[in-house]
Amino acid sequence: GEGRGREADRGWPSPFVMRPRIALNLKGVEYEFLEEKLGVKSDLLLRSNPVHKKIPVLLHAGRPVCESLIIVQYIDDAWPSSGPSILPSDPYDCATARFWAAYLDEKWFPAMSGIARAQGEEAKKAALDQVVEGLSLLEDAFGKISKGKPFFGGDTVGFLDIALGCFLGWLRVTEKMNGMKLLDEAKVPGLAKWAERFCAHDAVKGVMPETEKLAEFAKLIMAKFKAAAPPPQ
Amino acid sequence: MIGEIETLSKSSGGDGRAEEGGDEQFARQDGALKTFKELNKKPTHHRFGLGRTEGIVLISWGFMEGVKLLGTWPSPFSYRVIWALKLKGVKFEYVEEDLGNKSDELLRCNPVHKKIPVLIHGGRPVAESTVILEYIEESWPQNPLLPQDPYDKSVARFWIRFIEDKTPVFFRFCHSTGEQQEEAIREAKKVLKTIEEHALREEDKFFAGDKIGLQDLVFGWLAWLLQALEEVVGVKLLEASEYPRLHRWVQNFRAHDVIRSDLPEHNAMLAYFKRIRETFISSSTSAV
Repeated sequence: GEGRGREADRGWPSPFVMRPRIALNLKGVEYEFLEEKLGVKSDLLLRSNPVHKKIPVLLHAGRPVCESLIIVQYIDDAWPSSGPSILPSDPYDCATARFWAAYLDEKWFPAMSGIARAQGEEAKKAALDQVVEGLSLLEDAFGKISKGKPFFGGDTVGFLDIALGCFLGWLRVTEKMNGMKLLDEAKVPGLAKWAERFCAHDAVKGVMPETEKLAEFAKLIMAKFKAAAPPPQ
Repeated sequence: MIGEIETLSKSSGGDGRAEEGGDEQFARQDGALKTFKELNKKPTHHRFGLGRTEGIVLISWGFMEGVKLLGTWPSPFSYRVIWALKLKGVKFEYVEEDLGNKSDELLRCNPVHKKIPVLIHGGRPVAESTVILEYIEESWPQNPLLPQDPYDKSVARFWIRFIEDKTPVFFRFCHSTGEQQEEAIREAKKVLKTIEEHALREEDKFFAGDKIGLQDLVFGWLAWLLQALEEVVGVKLLEASEYPRLHRWVQNFRAHDVIRSDLPEHNAMLAYFKRIRETFISSSTSAV
């Protein structure tokens, strides 16, 4: 009906699925959450996202919107007078947010998920270094963009907060599984405090997965991956 | 044929050399890129959208608004930004970067990726071509290049993301041989099929309807660069009979006034991509 969305989700571990949920929460939009069964794609999903067959998909008034950040922007456009603006109003600030969101999806997150898959210590270290370097860049960006305010979006959670914040669960799992601190208060103080504020935010609290549960899930996935991986050449 | 690289001098400060060539050459040019399209060599510096009479140079608003684009020939990422600016009627200064010797300005303006294109507006840099396109759309609302409706906008963005993700497949097609290339050909054809079946409608001239938009600009290289790659490799991917809608879109895109006046010269592209293909192939065989 009016003002309601529907979302198809394959489950709580996906950072990409978190993004639209946070956006919908910020806008105070009620939505139905359909959890896809792991390993089985529903007819609805295949019909709604025939090109990629992936979640998340937002169904609004029967029409599908795909790709997590595109969905977030859609939510901002479709409910302009509900809740805060998710994208900055200034075009330059918008461009900055989009730039860093693209960096996260194209460079930083692939590096982080590459750590677990890395073959050998050297490859692992290279991936970790990329993640650490990325955090340093983001710390710098946070300082410039937030201008002393609590979030990238200023007083409220915005586009870049959502784009980065959704990865915090996996970041913590990576720290746990590698016995190292990545969101180190000494090295990235701004981000470390921002992360606490983000996770405590009303729109985020209910959808951020617990690190323990996520770590168990990660072990499951890694076991599957190792079993399926071809033997090293 | 213009034998010299032409730039116009400014009345106040800045770079740019004294102009050579007569009024006639400038007046003939309806798009400044025509200057380097006709050149054998790549230009280093050009001013766009300037008019002149008799030795008096009227300098236009590229400086006041301070819009500058760092790009390279024949980068599709560069061209899509040039076209967007022209469609919006925005005057800008273009700087051709040498990727083998990147300028300080480029490194300063895009320290994270060190890549072109970079748009510098009022001294502030914007990097990443699709980010730049959205920035242009928001900064200059005239002649909208994205649909107004939120849903239609999300569809345009979806396809923009799609083709950006799939672009490497087509470069692999050009850079590889043997089994790798066979694989790339299969993947490329799947991409074309997806576009044909899901992205284009029979009744539309361009992706979003009758008017050209950002989606067309981002897909644009399928209308000019792909053909050069096909010729260099000797394999045709985009057959009109197999992809009639896409083929028709290619013709419509190439026929558009703004696009038509600013397309990289075909033979120059052939030479360029032939060289690149040879470099990739020889480096991969020598690595064995």
